[in-house]
Amino acid sequence: MSSLKKAIVEIKNVNKLYGSNQVVKDLNLTVYEGEFLTLLGSSGCGKTTTLRMIGGFEELSSGSILIENENIEDKEPYERNVNTVFQSYALFPHMTVYENVAYGLKIKKVRKNEIADKVQSMLDLVQLGGFEKRYPAQLSGGQKQRVAIARALINQPKVLLLDEPLGALDLKLRKQMQLELKRLQKKLNITFIYVTHDQEEALSMSDRIAVMHEGVLEQLDTPINIYEKPKTKFVATFIGETNLFEGYINKVEGKQVSIVIESGNIRGAGEDYHENELIAVSVRPERMKYSLEPVEGFTLKAVVKEQVYVGSVLKTILVLANGKEIKIERLAGETLPPEGIVYLYWENDDAKLIHSDDNTFFQAVENIQMG
Amino acid sequence: MTKRNFKSNIIPATTMVGPVTLWLAFFVAIPLLYVLVMSFCSTDEYYNVVFKFTFANYQRLFDANYVQIYGQSILIAFLTTSICIILAYPFSFLIARTASKKKTILYMMVIIPFWTNSLIRIYGWRTFLGTNGWLNTILQTLHLTKAPLDLLYNQGTTVLGMVYCLFPFMVLPLYTVIEKLDQNLLEASSDLGAKSTTTFIKVILPLTASGIFSGSIMVFIPTLGLFFVSDILGGGNTDVIGNLIERQFQSGNNWPLGSALSIILIVITLLLVRLYQKCGGNMENLGV
Repeated sequence: MSSLKKAIVEIKNVNKLYGSNQVVKDLNLTVYEGEFLTLLGSSGCGKTTTLRMIGGFEELSSGSILIENENIEDKEPYERNVNTVFQSYALFPHMTVYENVAYGLKIKKVRKNEIADKVQSMLDLVQLGGFEKRYPAQLSGGQKQRVAIARALINQPKVLLLDEPLGALDLKLRKQMQLELKRLQKKLNITFIYVTHDQEEALSMSDRIAVMHEGVLEQLDTPINIYEKPKTKFVATFIGETNLFEGYINKVEGKQVSIVIESGNIRGAGEDYHENELIAVSVRPERMKYSLEPVEGFTLKAVVKEQVYVGSVLKTILVLANGKEIKIERLAGETLPPEGIVYLYWENDDAKLIHSDDNTFFQAVENIQMG
Repeated sequence: MTKRNFKSNIIPATTMVGPVTLWLAFFVAIPLLYVLVMSFCSTDEYYNVVFKFTFANYQRLFDANYVQIYGQSILIAFLTTSICIILAYPFSFLIARTASKKKTILYMMVIIPFWTNSLIRIYGWRTFLGTNGWLNTILQTLHLTKAPLDLLYNQGTTVLGMVYCLFPFMVLPLYTVIEKLDQNLLEASSDLGAKSTTTFIKVILPLTASGIFSGSIMVFIPTLGLFFVSDILGGGNTDVIGNLIERQFQSGNNWPLGSALSIILIVITLLLVRLYQKCGGNMENLGV
């Protein structure tokens, strides 16, 4: 991130424990003004807890959170200049759409006609003009979602926190709302911190993604880098599909790295790797190649097990000699691997090398060497 | 439904609805009708019931003494209901927000007395509050008072007994609505800038109003009829409508007048329930 950007939320060495269960582990994260940052991870990874700590609904066990350079530890939620869109929408059922959206302004004791103007323009912004007098029970899921967003935005927060806001919507509506949210965020230039477990959603909307796993921030990067250059095995397997090989380096020649895995030899490219180092190699299914002849540096023999049609792409599942399954993806219309034995390979640059210190794997490597 | 379907459904329908209908007919409809008919009957000079139509019983209901007792009943019921709300609201919140194990204990603290005979419990209060009762003995032993305090037989004691008897009826509907209250709504309110008092007034109170409402109905109406509480604790100085009715059937031996009074109590009840319904109250909360 360029140093020109102004930090708006700084999370410093934050830990959160429930009893002896540590849900957030030494989290450090800086969010910049105007950015769309996504906290991504499976359920129980600490992403929602992190969001709730920023909002003021959970206390930190240790560490600090700064909003605009100000420590907000002792501030109640109503004193923080952030607003939240809750997963369940949390619309007040006894209030109309208008009253729900006006709530924040009424609390601030804004003048009545000013409230009316602001609510009107906010409802227009989320395309809900004409729904003022309806009650939440009379709205569809998507409409409720829009009201929740309008209600949270009306106080013009510095940061908007969104906790899986699209989780309850069907696929088509979700896609549409993703685009609208992104459009809204650009237009209003408000910082969004967005929590989701949907990696596709994260990839398509975010400026940066923070991938969390078991309370630990695994990687914080742009969507492209998260996908193309995963730093950990978890990120490689969690984001998109991948083929992961584990082994050790037996030769380094310049940038080219030769690796021994259980099923044979493979190659990759990278700097700062040395011989005998344990390594994991991630190759995306769309980057996998096959040949009917052996390819230099690769000794991966596989046979086609099945082909799966998933709309625009065709997935081929192959099996290595040791039973490990390999996925290859091709766009519809491209040629597919034939029946029988094929030799798998890839361009050196298409393999992403990940430092590995997995000791259980070390045992396997020894077994290979023992023959 | 076609005709044939209807016919073939008669037997199962009768077996299912029949017993309930019989039950309601014998134990609700016929007794009520009996009371209604009785309220228009006359008595001879020995107070024997004579089946001669008259409005006299209803005319007697406007007797100044009776009207004064209606007013007193309503005052006692109003006080009882108000005190029940004030006590039960925080208590219900406490139950709803307590973790599971302690919650059961708190809940049982309300339910177990509820299962015990209330007459016995009210006698318990008399023993406790009497001139030589526990409370006075303790106070005197501790030299906090010189002479025994006159705690029984006033309006306050009657209200105390009523609150004690009817408290669970306020807690149960309140607990139901408070339990259902979505924690996220309170967080959303705070998130939008509301302090806890504002959240209470603007979110919690409106969303639990239906519980207060049904609880009030379930406390107010029985208070008008709980004659034994005012008999035992009020010593006859704090009659409610229930006492008037009881007296006509017992010592007064004027069943037609007692029936007319009962009809009045039923009418008041129905009017209150209608009011509750009109204000958007949920009939299910009353167990109807």
